[in-house]
Amino acid sequence: MASPLSNGRSPLLEVGDLSVDYVTEAADVRAVDHVDLEVQPGEFLAIVGESGCGKSTLLFAIAQLLSPPAEIAGGTVVFKGRDMVKLTEDELRHIRWRDYSVVMQSAMNALNPMKSIEGQFRDTLEAHDSMSRKAIRDRSAEVLHLVGIDAVHLKSYPHQLSGGMRQRAMIAMALLFTPELVIMDEPTSALDVVAQRSLMSQIKDLQRRLGFAVIFVTHDMSLVRHYSDRLMVMYAGQVAELGATGSIFENPLHPYSKGLLDAFPSIRGPRRPLTGIPGSPPDLSRPPSGCRFQPRCPVAMAQCVATAPDLYEVGGTRVRCLLHADAPKDAAAV
Amino acid sequence: MTEATTPVASEPLLQTVGLTRHFKLGGLFSSQILHAVDDVDLTIGEHELVSLVGESGSGKSTIARLLAMLYRPTKGEIRYRGRSVHSLHSRKDLLNYRSQVQMVFQDPYSSMNPVFRVSHGIMRNLKLHRPELNAAQRRAEAERVFTLVGLTPAAEMLRKFPYEMSGGQRQRVGFAQAVAVRPKLILADEPVSMLDVSIRAGILNLMTDLREREGVSILYITHDIASARYVADRIVVMYAGHIVEAGPTETVLADPKHPYTQLLLSAVPDPREPVTVSTSPAVGEPPKVVNPVEGCRFRERCPLAIEICGRVTPRPTVLAPGHTAACHVATANAGLTAAAPS
Repeated sequence: MASPLSNGRSPLLEVGDLSVDYVTEAADVRAVDHVDLEVQPGEFLAIVGESGCGKSTLLFAIAQLLSPPAEIAGGTVVFKGRDMVKLTEDELRHIRWRDYSVVMQSAMNALNPMKSIEGQFRDTLEAHDSMSRKAIRDRSAEVLHLVGIDAVHLKSYPHQLSGGMRQRAMIAMALLFTPELVIMDEPTSALDVVAQRSLMSQIKDLQRRLGFAVIFVTHDMSLVRHYSDRLMVMYAGQVAELGATGSIFENPLHPYSKGLLDAFPSIRGPRRPLTGIPGSPPDLSRPPSGCRFQPRCPVAMAQCVATAPDLYEVGGTRVRCLLHADAPKDAAAV
Repeated sequence: MTEATTPVASEPLLQTVGLTRHFKLGGLFSSQILHAVDDVDLTIGEHELVSLVGESGSGKSTIARLLAMLYRPTKGEIRYRGRSVHSLHSRKDLLNYRSQVQMVFQDPYSSMNPVFRVSHGIMRNLKLHRPELNAAQRRAEAERVFTLVGLTPAAEMLRKFPYEMSGGQRQRVGFAQAVAVRPKLILADEPVSMLDVSIRAGILNLMTDLREREGVSILYITHDIASARYVADRIVVMYAGHIVEAGPTETVLADPKHPYTQLLLSAVPDPREPVTVSTSPAVGEPPKVVNPVEGCRFRERCPLAIEICGRVTPRPTVLAPGHTAACHVATANAGLTAAAPS
């Protein structure tokens, strides 16, 4: 795995002890609970979890796109040395899209149906920079070419493009300023398998050529197997497991990661029974006592109900499970 | 030509012959016709679990709706136990067919009325399709099927409102509603695609259970070929309104004959496979089949396309017992290999 993990450079993004609450009249619901993570320059980090686990909320918190009733309850998001939580809207405007960009889940909803692709690219470029009309046109054609779409489609409207092309146009738009970090929220979930596979290959290829880091959120663990350097598994607002993708797939430490992996039917090898994971994710306004996965866990012990596990470091992987509590030292300084 | 492809000894439960459905696009004077389903011969046997696999827009949901008689076919015929369903006209006959062929929908969030308890749908279904039951028997039957699909304690679950249930539980309600009227065939249109990964396996297992315990046949419609493999006896692959390949699940997966099936299989992410990042070139997307001309509909994306593919639409051809593919190249290859050992 050729990930630039141990080269001594400072991380591009450092999320420290980040918590996000949804403030309601009845009670505050903690959707993201004390999350720590870091992203190195050029790294591909995948975040997986089920719906409601807080993965999209975390992503929006990192991108500073939260809107009420969600608010950051504590923690820092240090991007290129500056804590973005403390920046004003005006200060954020200067780094948004130039230094980091976001690709949303549904291109059909994220693109303006009334504007041509060129018009939308122009809006973006003008909002964050002042460029001549020719420079704008040239850059638009260039990024569109990067994602393998012919420049004639600059004149096209979103409805004239196929689903895969729309999603690639969104990615092109995210690359207009060659940012160092591209945040992607399930960009392939609306696509068919074949288009999905080809888009994933293309994202990986662009990343290698242009060197940007990617945070990729998905519910489909198998999708990122071959593309991500590191994997973070989220459950009920918390980090359940965070480590090198290969090692989590080969040796998942958290029972939840293992359950997720065993939930996928395979098209090769012997046909074996799948168990899935019994029950469903907890209601975050009333999280279970102790470990949050304990009510669904096949290997839960008596102490799991009483003690909330910390993140324990086991051979480079951080895991929140009491099975690994006797590991040498705590990784999380909660 | 259809006779050749049906060497089934016993009479199939349901059979379509040349089933076709076109939709007119655009305004009053538009001559654009979308060919959603074209000339489909599909058979489903008793107790059989058949999976219809294809990408979005391939026509698989249209087939489900045709079979459920929600659409009328443009051409072709659906035969249920040998009898054409288009000859059913009386309310009694239609009701009977509809109780024998039940449907489970994709989206468990919008397929239930939010203002009624979940017992509402199942009670109505029982009242309509099994009028011989009295109120107490209906309730007992509802509890039985709720237990059967894993919604326990059944009495308590029946009192819930849809919003009190998770997606997986709602999908189980959908199956309970279908099973309650003792159907012979359940049309399950992408029943797991909106559910979380960890609960999908439960619904897939439920389908195989229902087949075993209630003896129903199931048509499982999906875009996920891996889950199709997990449950199905037979796989039918659709592309752009045509059936391109059909056969026993393991045969089709081990030895896919149609280049589209091969493409589909190569695209499936498999977490257990060792790393093989192939930066394959973009392979395009399925066409919208508007006013199609003669020829194979996959030829634009096909790596094997030859001259004849642009002129003649390939017909499903039997390449091995029970295994058919609609591909000129595959047919030629089969002919070649058959002739080769001299």
